[in-house]
Amino acid sequence: MKAAEVKLLLTSSPFLKQEDDMPTIMRQVIYSLVPVSLAAIYYFGLGALLLILVCVGGALGTEWVFSRGKRGRRLSIADGSAILTGLLLALVLPPAIPLWMALLGAVAAIGIGKMVFGGVGSNIFNPALVGRAFLQAAFPVALTTWVPQGGWQSLARLYPTQFGMPFAKTTVSAVTTATPLSQMKFAGQTTDTLQLLLGNTGGSLGETCALIILLGGIYLAWRNYLNWRVPVAVFASVAVFAGILHWVDPLKYAPPMFHLFSGGLMLGAIYMATDPVTSPVTQRGCWIFGIGIGVLVMVIRTYGGLPEGVMYAILLMNAVSPLINRVTQARIYGESRKKDKG
Amino acid sequence: MANDLFKMPETAVSTDEFIKGLWRENPVFVQVLGMCPVLAVTNSGINAIAMGLATTFVLVMSNILVSSLRKVIPKQVRIATYILIIATFVTVVEYLIQAISLDLHKALGAFISLIVVNCVILGRAEAFASKNTLANSFLDGLGMGLGFTFALLCLGVVREILGSGTIFGIGLFPDGFQSWVVMILPGGGFFTMGAWLLFFNWLKERNKKREAALSESGTGVK
Repeated sequence: MKAAEVKLLLTSSPFLKQEDDMPTIMRQVIYSLVPVSLAAIYYFGLGALLLILVCVGGALGTEWVFSRGKRGRRLSIADGSAILTGLLLALVLPPAIPLWMALLGAVAAIGIGKMVFGGVGSNIFNPALVGRAFLQAAFPVALTTWVPQGGWQSLARLYPTQFGMPFAKTTVSAVTTATPLSQMKFAGQTTDTLQLLLGNTGGSLGETCALIILLGGIYLAWRNYLNWRVPVAVFASVAVFAGILHWVDPLKYAPPMFHLFSGGLMLGAIYMATDPVTSPVTQRGCWIFGIGIGVLVMVIRTYGGLPEGVMYAILLMNAVSPLINRVTQARIYGESRKKDKG
Repeated sequence: MANDLFKMPETAVSTDEFIKGLWRENPVFVQVLGMCPVLAVTNSGINAIAMGLATTFVLVMSNILVSSLRKVIPKQVRIATYILIIATFVTVVEYLIQAISLDLHKALGAFISLIVVNCVILGRAEAFASKNTLANSFLDGLGMGLGFTFALLCLGVVREILGSGTIFGIGLFPDGFQSWVVMILPGGGFFTMGAWLLFFNWLKERNKKREAALSESGTGVK
């Protein structure tokens, strides 16, 4: 009697496949930013919505122009990475910035920050932060002019400074205010933690409501769309650094809670430092990366000339993340712990 | 460059030696040499022209002297000799600029003295003037110098318009211009340089494609 022929199915690894692809993850991140954007619109009115639309439109348009003549052009628009970059850029800009500057920032973000390196996945620096750094270097005054936050009564407001002619100096003056960090830096005043959590302060669109950003981050970490080690390392190192300073001289240095919830730290740590392209790939590397960002933020905030340093801290750590990758390579199983010198 | 090194010295005077520096072998946009002054002093059109002309003067004079002394200079000490020759002319040009305009001298600062180490000049002395006749070396130096000036001017004009809203000191926008501070800073030099390189490479690619298409259609007719 002949034995039944056994059919073997031979396949190669990987055997476990993840269902999520890049567009899905990008979409999820964008969804988690919707509440943050709504909070920004609540505090800064229709002008904030306009700013978000201009930034997203500018990012998409630049992506479209740069991917001209390439295969997969439609894909490169549809994967949502340009929308996310535009949205993040809008969230780190002051609400009353002239719209033509915001558009220029979006072009710089996608053009200089992403496409010249070869598009999505090849950039060294976080594109949205490159756009903001470009604007900060080009127009330092407009980037540090903040308008006071409002509420339901002033939801329909636009800012006259937004509609300045391209290339022309802004002639209309706006009612300005200070951010909690600049108040701390230049006047030595701290802001109530509850107000910081709710976002009832002046600042960039996404610099305000720490609570909603934190919830968005927890959602993404729960769905495993971001590496929780990076923000946790950032928060921990900022808290420890600020705690020591506050303990040494409580009158001169702000408490850790103030540093955690003010400025762009929440948005930066959760949405920008965790960018999978520009952060290290190893888990140990993520810890080092996060701690580096936290320490740099505190160094710039405390000893630097600027009130806020999240942008430069993340960009600097982006630059060293290839090095971190190299240093934290996993040991191959069976290899000796000591490096052989042969 | 590689062609120059292995070419037998030509005795006939050729205008091609002049023209190649302007475009085909432009020291900045094609050879990407002498980046230090290109990025550092091109924050206004006037600075760019002054720097370009100073470099052209040094380039032409050193090419002439190196070429006429090429059979006398021992091979072992040639680089030191070239540097000595170049430094002499840089000193001349530095005093000249100081005499003509003290403001300009202040604006260009250390970069006038640094023409000594501009690799375009040493490169031409080593790769061309030491192997070619005096007339050709003169033309080569002039062409390379003017090509260098042209490139500096390209950067300087863009950076001046965006950085201060003027062109050669004349205001372009009467009712207030929002200047892009970054364009006057060194970072703007890199951005502008990158943009120009992109543009010239695109132009070259397009011309190449056109020539290819032309020669193809030409053979088709035959």
